Amino acid sequence: MHRLGLAWLLLAMLGSGARADDPFASYRELFGDDNPAELAVAKGQELWAAPRGPQGVSLAACDLGLGPGVVAGAYAALPRYFADAGAVMDLESRLLHCMVTIQGFSRDELAAHAFSERGASQTDLEILVAYVASQSRGAPVDVPQSVREERESYARGRRLFYRRSGPYDFACASCHSLDHRRIRLQELPNLTGEEGARSAFTHWPAYRISQGAVRTMQWRMADCVRQQRLPELVLGSQASVDLITYLGVLARGGAMDAPSLRR
Amino acid sequence: MRARHFAVWTLLVLAACAAAPGAGDSSQTEEALRASFRARGQAGLDRLQQTPLQRACSLAPGQDPPGEVRKRLEQDALERVQFPPDEHWLGDWRRGEKIAQSGVGLQFSDPPDGARGGNCYACHQLSGSEIAFGTIGPSLYRYRERAERNPDGVRRTWIRIWNAHAFNACSTMPRFGDAGILTADQIRDLMALLLDPQSPVNR
Repeated sequence: MHRLGLAWLLLAMLGSGARADDPFASYRELFGDDNPAELAVAKGQELWAAPRGPQGVSLAACDLGLGPGVVAGAYAALPRYFADAGAVMDLESRLLHCMVTIQGFSRDELAAHAFSERGASQTDLEILVAYVASQSRGAPVDVPQSVREERESYARGRRLFYRRSGPYDFACASCHSLDHRRIRLQELPNLTGEEGARSAFTHWPAYRISQGAVRTMQWRMADCVRQQRLPELVLGSQASVDLITYLGVLARGGAMDAPSLRR
Repeated sequence: MRARHFAVWTLLVLAACAAAPGAGDSSQTEEALRASFRARGQAGLDRLQQTPLQRACSLAPGQDPPGEVRKRLEQDALERVQFPPDEHWLGDWRRGEKIAQSGVGLQFSDPPDGARGGNCYACHQLSGSEIAFGTIGPSLYRYRERAERNPDGVRRTWIRIWNAHAFNACSTMPRFGDAGILTADQIRDLMALLLDPQSPVNR
């Protein structure tokens, strides 16, 4: 039903030429405040405060960069360098770190089921991401470049963005370096400049209508890389964090608006 | 051949050094990359290794490889093209349309053995009736008219599908023949889709 409705709407939009740059805009308008991601946000808020894991404690001691337990505005300033881990971390890497070091969960088990299967309920990581992201709504993107590790992460990420490999010779740049291009009917953001980077960075995580689930930034990166015909991008890996840092730094100044609603 | 690659390499290393001194140099990036992937299904870690062509074409805008390198990459690509032995260029446009529609192939989520698609519609307009086409590549609607203007048009079309780098050193189009993505028979079918007067591309 959704699929049919969407196809019909798309045709109508293309036909009329209205908002041809973003045929999904009015689909989003139809949903209005009813973004199904809000359900994940509410669940994530409960999960954040609940005592859990072998240690039976909440995430109140988890420092997302603005101090232990501070969630408001934290997502807009990630990835960043964390001295306690000696690494630049994006939100998902940091949440895994907290769930392991504070709550005592097994990292391997969390990583093995990080993203929900199609039709299954959202994972703990996904709903925590939805909640934390929602607490940065309206905040300007402020991914820091204050220390050497953060600057190196950006530089590596930028290099990876243009790096071609695999049987199709694809880089991220193969699809994301020109304005107003599409794959089939899907509009592609130009991720070499501020405008495209902002539109992408500020809208993830997102409720994907086509998948009926909230998807995270790490998922977005990994699924792009799958379509590049590369092997699996490991959750929280250096390359994944570097690519998100590259995008985040380019997007600085944009206003966070996640979780959003995407095709 | 070896000397030529060495020359390409030298120029690239010089370009890379000039472009990004200090943090995030290429060796650091390569190290981070290798540790960040896991082999899955048909996609092994060998896919992260770059060919000289891929390396040469991994530079940011404004840092395109110098003209001499581009010329050599194009020459190399052209020399590697395999033509149909009997000059039998055109297959069946109906099969070609199916190949152009299918995006299956070589993702770790794809079946490793089945027939692969060319996924042409992801980037190009082809048949006039298919409206779900991408715009990364140029429109190929009514392609035959354009090909006919060039006396070498048929052969050049084959070369573009086999290895587009022969005409544009850092083309973003996959090397469908050269990289073994499609078979010669499948490329014949795509040739028919583009050049047969009965094909929906030309009607």
